[in-house]
Amino acid sequence: MTAVAVKGKEMAVDEEGYLVNLADWNEDVANVMAAEDNLTLTESHWEVINFLRDYYAEYQIAPAIRVLTKAIGKKLGPEKGNSKYLYELFPYGPAKQACRYAGLPKPTGCI
Amino acid sequence: MSGMEENEGGTDKVKRFMFLNRKAPYGTIYALESLEVVLIGAAFDQNVSMVFVDDGVYQLKKGQQTKDIGQKNFSPTYRALEDYDIEKLYVEQESLEARGLTADDLLVPVEVLPSAALGALMEEQDVVLSF
Repeated sequence: MTAVAVKGKEMAVDEEGYLVNLADWNEDVANVMAAEDNLTLTESHWEVINFLRDYYAEYQIAPAIRVLTKAIGKKLGPEKGNSKYLYELFPYGPAKQACRYAGLPKPTGCI
Repeated sequence: MSGMEENEGGTDKVKRFMFLNRKAPYGTIYALESLEVVLIGAAFDQNVSMVFVDDGVYQLKKGQQTKDIGQKNFSPTYRALEDYDIEKLYVEQESLEARGLTADDLLVPVEVLPSAALGALMEEQDVVLSF
């Protein structure tokens, strides 16, 4: 088991970098994970991360990419509800990468 | 259940998949596995329905509390099925009645059908997967 170090505290992550304990999450965790990927989180990133956290709290799953794009479009507007926009924010695959920063389990599905 | 041949015309490959759920939500892995297969399979744009019979009707029961058995309460996920375009949910009337339940006790809108009607529906499927 590896860990991500956030402000001197070690948070356990699995072999793919997802937090083991959902309760360990805070915004610093997301920032540290993103920095490790050479990414600086902007307001646009946070919109998606917060959306995923709300979705998980409501349904107990991380949404598949198709569901994510549709739901983002409905909530944040059609210019954001498409995979091009989301891939620009999260080049490693929007659902996977954004869920990792959001402290959620890896979504069931491919990207 | 007729296997894998294509529908008439050959171009339309959408198949009818029925997921048949018979077991209580916790105690075995069947209910969660079925739900996960349905969610993953939703990416393939097939014609999917879910059926709940016997103790399987408890999977949809409102107000599940799992803290004391140390398991995750995954029942809220049934409410996400709509986002995945899984909208055909059927519950056997006899199973509900035998357990003193009605459609109002369930987490999601369902179609309650008597056993015979479900049997007919099953007959129309290409694939029936039983959990």
